[in-house]
Amino acid sequence: MFEDGPKTLILPLRFQPSSDVSGQVSVKTSVQRGIRSSILTQWKINPETLEQIWPKKESLTLVKCREHISIYTLHGEPLIFQHFDGPFFPTLKLLHKYPFVLPPVRVDRGAIRFLLAGAHMMCPGLTSAGGQLPSSAQALPANTPVAIHAEGKEHAAAIGFLKLSTEDIKRVNKGVGVETVTYLGDDLWKIQQL
Amino acid sequence: MASAEGPPAVEPTPPVEVLYCQVCSFPVEYCEFGSSFTRCKEWLQKTDEALYDRFYSEEALQAKIGTLSLEAQEKLEKDTAKKEAKAEAKAETALKKKMASQVTIKRIERNKRKHVTAILGLENFDVDLKKAAKFFAQKFATGASVTKNLQGQDEIVVQGDVSGEIVEMIEDGVGLLKGVPKDNVIEVEEKKKKG
Repeated sequence: MFEDGPKTLILPLRFQPSSDVSGQVSVKTSVQRGIRSSILTQWKINPETLEQIWPKKESLTLVKCREHISIYTLHGEPLIFQHFDGPFFPTLKLLHKYPFVLPPVRVDRGAIRFLLAGAHMMCPGLTSAGGQLPSSAQALPANTPVAIHAEGKEHAAAIGFLKLSTEDIKRVNKGVGVETVTYLGDDLWKIQQL
Repeated sequence: MASAEGPPAVEPTPPVEVLYCQVCSFPVEYCEFGSSFTRCKEWLQKTDEALYDRFYSEEALQAKIGTLSLEAQEKLEKDTAKKEAKAEAKAETALKKKMASQVTIKRIERNKRKHVTAILGLENFDVDLKKAAKFFAQKFATGASVTKNLQGQDEIVVQGDVSGEIVEMIEDGVGLLKGVPKDNVIEVEEKKKKG
């Protein structure tokens, strides 16, 4: 297979806005249009809501970071990020405001601590009693961005992408199921605060 | 499904309002995994009683144990308590270091008559170096910049001999220099002569 998904999409350890950002540029309008249409296809969002988050008139700022990570911000607030030319991920703060944007998966309570330390989610955490995956009718292929919810919690704890398709996760039930890209309290989350 | 031809009557979905804990910046339900849980609980109780009851009342705690066995739950609690203690200890040492850190004002000779003043250590007191440099440049009508010295620390370099005035400014707490305690300032003279 040619494409095996983004690698090491996690923000580098100890990401510091002061030193790891190599530049801020305004994005060309042609590129902006491209981003807008990609978001409309990749995420479960309708154009009006996207307009609310990111009005047509406004233009994003691209913040380039180490390891080919690009963060798109609006008025200083990070909204979207991507690795190389991979899929677009919303920031966790954005996902909290519009939770329907990504399909949810749920992990059980025991996995939450590790998730919040940046670990990837293993299949058993998703298939056990506390976990939840989309039903077969809504099966998702590998490399789909998903929102990682925690058992008993209302808001997403992390964002990641599926390493295996949801059907494979249920079948194989071993190894990494969802690779965690950003989680509550990571360096990207801290930037949104400061 | 409603037709998409007519006037676009689709309303944008409004954002969900999330209450973020002021102490640990997580959504309130995740405070238990942060390192300042006790403080978070106090804050939440003060701010929003209803939410506090929702999460921390007896039934809520019972329901939360959910699919974890009893020992696993206890272990989880012990681990979080340990993590919290560690975080507190770290915050304390950081604060003590801050108190002990100094602002060093160096007067360096450039030529026989000319000097530059270098100020190290302001960042320990949360002073924005770039803004401070601009401020000095304006005040003294000379050049000022932020550079990294050989040890890798950031310092503000001001052209000319302004060390005395800087000390005064720190004492008076002018402008951005507000947080700096005056006793932590030392003056040094350096002769960078390449004879």
